[in-house]
Amino acid sequence: MIPGSFNYHRPASVADAVKLLVNLGEDARPLAGGHSLVPMMKLRLATPAHLIDLHGITALKGISRDGGNVVIGAMTTQHDLLASEEIARSAPILHETALLIADPQVRYRGTIGGNVANGDPGNDMPALMMTLGATYRLEGPGGVRDVAAADFYQGAYFTALEPGEILTSVSFPAPATGHGCAYEKLKRKVGDYATAAAAVVLTMASGKVATCSIGLTNVHETPLLATDAAKAVIGTSLDAASLKKAAAAASAIMAPAADARGPVEYRKHVGGIMVTRALQRAASVAK
Amino acid sequence: MNDLTPTREQRTAALEGMGCKRKRVEDIRFTQGRGNYVDDVKLPGMLHGDFVRSPHPHARVKKIDDSEALKVPGVLAVITAETLKTVNLAWMPTLAGDVQMVLADGKVLFQNQEVAFVVATDRYEADDGINKVIVEYEALPPLVDPFKAMDADAPVLREDLVGKTIGAHGPRKHNNHIFEWTVGDKEMTDAAFKKADVTIKEMISYHRTHPSPLETCQCVCSFDKIKGELTIYGTFQAPHVIRTVVALIAKIPEHKIHVIAPDIGGGFGNKVGAYPGYICAAVASIVTGKPVKWVEDRIENLTATSFARDYHMTTEVAATKDGKVTGLRVHVLADHGAFDACADPSKWPAGFFNIVTGSYDFPTAHLAVDGVYTNKAPGGVAYRCSFRVTEAAYCIERAMDILAQKLNMDPAELRLKNFIKAEQFPYHSALGWEYDSGDYHTAMRKMMETTGYAALRKEQAEKRAAFKRGETRDIMGLGISFFTEIVGAGPSKNCDILGIAMFDSCEIRMHPTGAGIARVGSKSQGQGHETTWAQIIATEIGIPADNIMVEEGNTDTAPYGLGTYGSRSTPVAGAAIAMAARKIKAKAQMIAAYKLEVHEDDLEFDIDGFRVRGLPEKFMSMKDICWAAYNSVPPGMEPGLEAVSYYDPPNMTYPFGAYLCVMDIDVDTGVYKVRRFYALDDCGTRINPMIIEGQVHGGLTEAFAIAMGQEIRYDEVGNVVTGSFMDFFMPTAVETPHWETDFTVTPSPHHPIGAKGVGESPNVGGVPAFSNAVNDAFSFLGSTHIQMPHDFWRNWKAAKDLGAVA
Ligand SMILES: Cc1cc2nc3c(=O)[nH]c(=O)nc-3n(C[C@H](O)[C@H](O)[C@H](O)COP(=O)(O)OP(=O)(O)OC[C@H]3O[C@@H](n4cnc5c(N)ncnc54)[C@H](O)[C@@H]3O)c2cc1C
Repeated sequence: MIPGSFNYHRPASVADAVKLLVNLGEDARPLAGGHSLVPMMKLRLATPAHLIDLHGITALKGISRDGGNVVIGAMTTQHDLLASEEIARSAPILHETALLIADPQVRYRGTIGGNVANGDPGNDMPALMMTLGATYRLEGPGGVRDVAAADFYQGAYFTALEPGEILTSVSFPAPATGHGCAYEKLKRKVGDYATAAAAVVLTMASGKVATCSIGLTNVHETPLLATDAAKAVIGTSLDAASLKKAAAAASAIMAPAADARGPVEYRKHVGGIMVTRALQRAASVAK
Repeated sequence: MNDLTPTREQRTAALEGMGCKRKRVEDIRFTQGRGNYVDDVKLPGMLHGDFVRSPHPHARVKKIDDSEALKVPGVLAVITAETLKTVNLAWMPTLAGDVQMVLADGKVLFQNQEVAFVVATDRYEADDGINKVIVEYEALPPLVDPFKAMDADAPVLREDLVGKTIGAHGPRKHNNHIFEWTVGDKEMTDAAFKKADVTIKEMISYHRTHPSPLETCQCVCSFDKIKGELTIYGTFQAPHVIRTVVALIAKIPEHKIHVIAPDIGGGFGNKVGAYPGYICAAVASIVTGKPVKWVEDRIENLTATSFARDYHMTTEVAATKDGKVTGLRVHVLADHGAFDACADPSKWPAGFFNIVTGSYDFPTAHLAVDGVYTNKAPGGVAYRCSFRVTEAAYCIERAMDILAQKLNMDPAELRLKNFIKAEQFPYHSALGWEYDSGDYHTAMRKMMETTGYAALRKEQAEKRAAFKRGETRDIMGLGISFFTEIVGAGPSKNCDILGIAMFDSCEIRMHPTGAGIARVGSKSQGQGHETTWAQIIATEIGIPADNIMVEEGNTDTAPYGLGTYGSRSTPVAGAAIAMAARKIKAKAQMIAAYKLEVHEDDLEFDIDGFRVRGLPEKFMSMKDICWAAYNSVPPGMEPGLEAVSYYDPPNMTYPFGAYLCVMDIDVDTGVYKVRRFYALDDCGTRINPMIIEGQVHGGLTEAFAIAMGQEIRYDEVGNVVTGSFMDFFMPTAVETPHWETDFTVTPSPHHPIGAKGVGESPNVGGVPAFSNAVNDAFSFLGSTHIQMPHDFWRNWKAAKDLGAVA
C-alpha cells in the first residue's frame, strides 16, 4: 500500500491546469480531495506520473444561486455542502446524501467534483445529480461545454470527460418548493459504499404524485435514472400496487455485480426496497 | 490522634489498590501521541524491507529474477529462499511443531505468501523494487475446501512432508492431514447416545476470521557485527519466547539477543507467533550490516499473518426427554492453512477445545479433532480467547439452543437444569479439566431478572404472532450465552511452549524513599498492565500505586515470562506479582519488628504499614520501612528491599458469564438491530472495575463484528477476497451496540488474590450470544441452525430459504 513516485503540480487557474493536463498527456491526473484517487495509487491500481492539484484554484470553490439554478464549484467539499444553508434550504436531498458519504474525515477532503468525475458506480452523488437533472461544466483545450449528468456516465470509470478537460462546476434547477425528497442507502457500515441506494425527488398534488424522478446508485456499472419506475407512480397515491410496480421496474434495469455486499439477486431485491422506501418517505415530506 | 489523621478509608483510598477504578496511567502518553511504537523506532542508517508476495494460492516457483529490481535506485538487496538457505533459515519452526517456509522454497502454498524480501533505503524504494522482481510461476490446482483435503485425489500441498506418516502430534492419515487429537471416553459416550431419549446433530462452523489489531505486525532488527549482538524491536506479545526462538534457530547465543517490545497497539493473538518478516529483517540486517525495519500493511496483515478460528464442528448431544444432558460427541475439522502455525501450548494441537462441555454437567463426552492443510494463510491463533476456547464455547452454546428447540423447552430453563452446581466445585469435567470455582445458577438468575427475560419472551411470542398475521416484517431473537472459559495457561504439569513451562514472573525493587519498580514477564498490548499491576502491589504492600512503576517488554531487564495472551496475565503474572510483593512484605515485617523493638509475630499489617498488636500507636509505615531497608536492617540481614517470583500456577482459572442479546431483524433486507446486550461477567476478584468494563466493551465489540460479518473469505479458486477494511467488517462506533455490564464475584480458590482474568471473556461469550439471537429469531420459521457470519445478505437469504420473503 505504497504509491509509486509522481510529480506534483499546483496551478492557480483552470487555464493553467488545462495547459498542464494537455502538455503532460495521459500520465497526468487532476487531484481533488484525493479520497478516491490516492487509495487507488496506494494499491498501484493508478500510477499517474503527474498530479495536478486543483486546490490552488479558488474559482473552483463555492456554492451560489444563479436564478433558478444552484451552482456548486467542483472543489466544494462534502463538508462544505453539509455546512451550507443554501443547500439545506433549496436541495435538502443533497445535504442528506452528503451525510451518508463515508465519515467526517473523508467529507472534509472529498469534493463534489471528484465524486461526480470519478466515474465509480459506488459514488453517491452521480445518481443524485441525474435525479436532480444536473449539468456538469467541463473546461478543456477546446473551450467550455455543458454535459447533462444523465449523458456523462459511459461505464465504470468511463465518462464523457475528454483528455485535458476539467470539470469545473455542477448546476441543477432548484427543486420546486414543497417537493419531497429522500435518499435511501443500504450499507454495511459507516465508510461503506451502497449495497444499493435510491434517490427520489417528487411533487404531490392532491394526494397524488405529480412529478417524480428516481436515481439508483451502485446497482449497475453506471448510475441509473429509473424512468419507468418514476412513470409507474405518477398519478398514483403510492398505493401498495404502484409501489410494487415501481420497485419491479427499477429492479429490471439493475445489473449489479456480486460482491461481499451480497449476491446479484439480493442487491437487486434491496435496490427495489430502497426505491419503495425512498418514494414513501419523499411523499411523506412533500407539501 | 487529631482530626487531621487520615481515616482507614482515606488511607486505603490513597493507595489506589485493588478494587479502585484507577485511571489508566499509560493513557497519559497514549492520548497525547507520546506512545513509543515499533514504527516510532528510527535507528541511524536504518533500511526498509518489504515483500514480493504470491498472486497464486498454489504454484511452483520456476524462477525469481531480481536483476531489474536491483537497478531501482535505493534498492540494496533482494533476499530469496536461496539467500536464506546459506544461513539455514529458509524454513522456520512453528509453535505447533510444524515447519513453515520463511520465503517460498520451490513452491507457494497460499495467496500473498512471502516470496522475496526487497531491502532499500526507504519504504517507497522497497516497494518500487518489489514491482520489478519478476517471478515465474507454474500454477497448481488449489485446495480450498477443508472437507476435500483428505480426498484420495486431493492435490499434494506439503511436498516436504511426503512419506511422513507421523507428525508432531501423532499419526497422519493423508499428506494433507496434520494431526488427529482425541479426548474422552468413546465407548461410554456411544452408549449414552444409544440410550438417549433425544439426540441432536448439527455441523456448526466457526468461520475464519482475523484479530486485525490497529497496529500491524512489525519489527526493527539491528545486528552489531563487532559485538555479535542482535537487537530486535518488535510487536511481540511474548518477547522472551521470541528471544528463545531466535537463539534456537539463528544460533546466536541467547544473551546476545536483545528483544524489546515497546508500546503495542493491540495484539489479540496476532502478535504471539514468529513471522517471516522478523526472520527476513534479521537476516537483512546481518547481510547489510544496517538496521532493517519491516512494517506490515493492512492487506498483508489480513491476508498473511495469522488468522483465527476456521473450525467445522459436527456436534451431537444426547439427553433425556425432560432435558437432562447425558452425552456430548464432537468432531472438529480444523483448517490450518498451508502450515500449522497455531500458537497453542506444545502438547495441545487443538488448544483447550476440550472445554467444550462448557458449563454443563455432562456425565460423558468424546471429542476428536482432525487438523488439515489447505491453500490458505497459516494459523490459527487465539483471537482474544484462550486457545480454541471461543470455538468450544460457540459449539456448546449453539448446541444447547438447538437441543432446547428440539425439546420445545426454553433455552434458559435447559441451561439451569444442566449447570454444574455450586457445591460440585472443584468439578472434574468429562473431558479432563478441573474447574476451580463457579456459581452458575446465581449468575444466570441475575441475568434473567435484570433483563426481564420472561417479559422479553412474552414480547417475542406476540411479535411472532404479529409476523404470522402479516402485521410486521421484523422478527425478534433472544440470544443467551452462558460460557465457561479456561484461562491462565498454565501449570507446568500440562503446559509448555517449546519445552518452556508456562510460568510467569515478577521482580519488585523498592527504592529508599518508598517508591519502586516492578518488572513483569507479561506484555501489555493495551490491557493497562502499568495501571493494574501497580494496584496489586499497592494493596499487597501498602505503597500507593502511583509510586510503583511497571515495566515490561525488555528481555534484558524483565524476568523471563511467557507473555500476554490467553487471558494469562492476571492468572499467572498477576499471581507472580502478588507473590513477589508478599516476599517484600515479609522482609519489611522483619525490618519493622527490629525498628519497633518487638517480635515479628507481634506485628500486624494495617493498610500501609505494620502495627504492634494491642499497641495501636506503635506503627511503622511501609514508606519508612523502605528507608530503613537501606540503612538500618537487623544484624545479619542483607540491605535492600527487592524480591523476585516465578509463579507456576497449580491450576487454570475458569471465568464465566451470562450474556443476553436482544435483536430485531428486518427479513426484507436482512438488516438487524441489536436492541439490547447485557453481559454479566464473573472473573473472580476484580482488580480495576473500570479496566474490566473497558475490556468487556472491547471484547463484545469484537464478538459483535465476528458474529455479524467479520470474515476472511476465499473464493473457490483460492483468492482471498477480504483483504481490506472495506470488506473485512470492522465496526465503527456507529454500528457498535450499547453494552450493559454486570458482575458476580466467585474468587479462584487457588490464585493468590482470587482473580481469574477477563480480557477474553467477552469475545468468547459474546459470539454465541449474537449467533443464538439470530438463530432464535429465525427458529419459529423452521430453522435449526444458520451458519455465521450473520451479515445482512445472509439474513435475507435465511429468510428467503425459510419462505419468509418472496
Ligand atoms: C473510506 C471511504 C469511504 C467512502 N465512501 C463513499 C461513499 O459511501 N459514497 C461516495 O460517494 N463516496 C465515498 N468515498 C469517496 C469520496 O467521496 C471521494 O472523496 C470522492 O469519490 C472523490 O472525490 P475527491 O475530491 O476525493 O477526488 P479525487 O480522489 O481527488 O479524484 C477522483 C477522480 O476524479 C478525478 N477528478 C477529481 N476532480 C476532478 C475535476 N474537477 N475534473 C476532472 N477530474 C477530476 C481525479 O483525477 C480522479 O480520477 C469514500 C472514500 C473513502 C476513502
